[in-house]
Amino acid sequence: MTYCDLTYLIVFLPIVILLYSITKKQHRSKILLLASYIFFWSISGNLIIYLLFSTLSIHHFGLWLDSIKKERNEKLKEVQKEEKKAIKELYVKKQRKVILLAVIIHLGILVILKYVPFFGKNINSLFGILNIPITLNIPEYLMPIGISFYTFQALSYIIDVYREVVKPDKNLLRLALYMSFFPQIMEGPIAKYNETAMDLYEGKKIEYKNMTFGIQRILFGCMKKVVIADRLNILIKTIFDNYTTYNGGIALLAAIAYTIQLYMEFSGTMDMVIGSGQIFNVKLPENFRQPFFSKTISEFWQRWHITLGRWFKDYIFYPLSLSKPLKKLTSFGRKHLGNHFGPLLAGSIALFCVWISNGLWHGAGWKYIFFGMFHFTLILCGNIFEPFTKKVTDILHINRQKMPFKIFQMIRTTFLVIIGELFFRAKGLKAGLIMFKNIFTNFSLSFLSNGLIVDLGMDKYDFIIVGITLLIVFIISVLKEKNVEIRENISKRNIVIRWAIYYSLILFIIIFGAYGNNYTPVTPIYAEF
Amino acid sequence: MERLIEILEEIQPEVDYNTCEHLIDEHYLDSLSIISLVAEIEDEFDVTIPTVEIIPSNFNSAKAIWNLIERLEEDN
Repeated sequence: MTYCDLTYLIVFLPIVILLYSITKKQHRSKILLLASYIFFWSISGNLIIYLLFSTLSIHHFGLWLDSIKKERNEKLKEVQKEEKKAIKELYVKKQRKVILLAVIIHLGILVILKYVPFFGKNINSLFGILNIPITLNIPEYLMPIGISFYTFQALSYIIDVYREVVKPDKNLLRLALYMSFFPQIMEGPIAKYNETAMDLYEGKKIEYKNMTFGIQRILFGCMKKVVIADRLNILIKTIFDNYTTYNGGIALLAAIAYTIQLYMEFSGTMDMVIGSGQIFNVKLPENFRQPFFSKTISEFWQRWHITLGRWFKDYIFYPLSLSKPLKKLTSFGRKHLGNHFGPLLAGSIALFCVWISNGLWHGAGWKYIFFGMFHFTLILCGNIFEPFTKKVTDILHINRQKMPFKIFQMIRTTFLVIIGELFFRAKGLKAGLIMFKNIFTNFSLSFLSNGLIVDLGMDKYDFIIVGITLLIVFIISVLKEKNVEIRENISKRNIVIRWAIYYSLILFIIIFGAYGNNYTPVTPIYAEF
Repeated sequence: MERLIEILEEIQPEVDYNTCEHLIDEHYLDSLSIISLVAEIEDEFDVTIPTVEIIPSNFNSAKAIWNLIERLEEDN
């Protein structure tokens, strides 16, 4: 069951809504938890045991940290002022040991399930190259869908408890629901405990406004997924599977199509996820904010998969860059290299760790590591060359605040993102490099005139439908960028217009959706991570 | 406060710090600017900014940053 399946949309979700509505407020969270576990069991089967273990484990670790904190506070009351510092340091050490154990266990499970085969194969290859007659037996494990998402939520909770940003939750049910809420368990967003746990547990009433807004958002997400992402699937699959057959022009077409597909699939799923949450009056954090209006790669990552970027920033980038050794490096850098280049020394070390983690989070493979390093290099270069770019634009009298320059920046950023996604989707790093090389050495647009364009799985009508739908999404994105509250505006219209819009959207999906025997829908891309 | 605005202007000169209240939300200050800013503030005001304080609400305006510095000075 995925969020765009009819089973979810017309059976599972309505039944949960119905049961939730007729249940007393104090028991509604139990309905959500039961629904979440049924949903997770339907996608991961017996592997639900991993989720149960993670939930029980972080619940226990939270209480453990709390007991240490209480013990510390009791001791602090008993001692004189001059002894307090030593007591605090002693208990910080105790808490560090606990948090370290918690992180090792949760990250360890993820690493063992997800990365052992990858590292094992590479170690065996290395032994082969070095003529060492050892071959490691590499175990293959089944991994529950969504493990990367709920593990990051678990770590976020326990680290925030350690930092005393959130209070440890004694209520196992509330914590279990935070970890497993069915709309977000598969592809995120990666919420923080403070953002969703209380709302989920409160069992708020389903209101007409939230219900309609939620349904509208689900339909919009469904349109992105079924009309665009699924329709593009065959073209993308054809080109990437047979990349040696096609020239650079077609490789670029595939990269553009895949970037569109990935955005439509992931942001469409997020619309369905956030819309589902909204029905239950739960505000899930946004994961996208018109990413293709970004002027730099750095800004792009503040608008694309926002909650993942935030996680890396909060739990890797800042703790590393503000650690004592890197702070010293920053001070040293600022003294010797100035205010611009100085912080880049420490920043680049922290950024490197973020991007190697980001690459590996997406998958155990060299192409993902390359993807991470590609973005690390772009962000670092963007920062290094910023003063030179500014000088050049000043010399050329280009106003950086004017729209033409901003549009140039947006196009440049989009092109770089497309190149990154080419490697992300390619059948391995070698295939990605061949396709990338073809773009620059074997480029031709002849496929547009010789009819090959309609011989790649999509006909003329497919392209027209995708084009029109993309235009609709683009107009809505522009309005959102200008802070226009589209759904609020619709809700103020009279009933005829409102229902005409709803029915048009439903009919649009039914008529133009790519489903049936001739189409293979794209599998939920981010659920595989 | 004046010294703080001077520091901010050294790091990112293209902003009016007396009026801007969305330094993080509007991407005027990115992660690397924050590292630079934290290092400068710690040197200048003799405070330590812990990681948990690196949240948008503490850095969205010069006033918010100033409030953070004052709070950390009191804690010291």
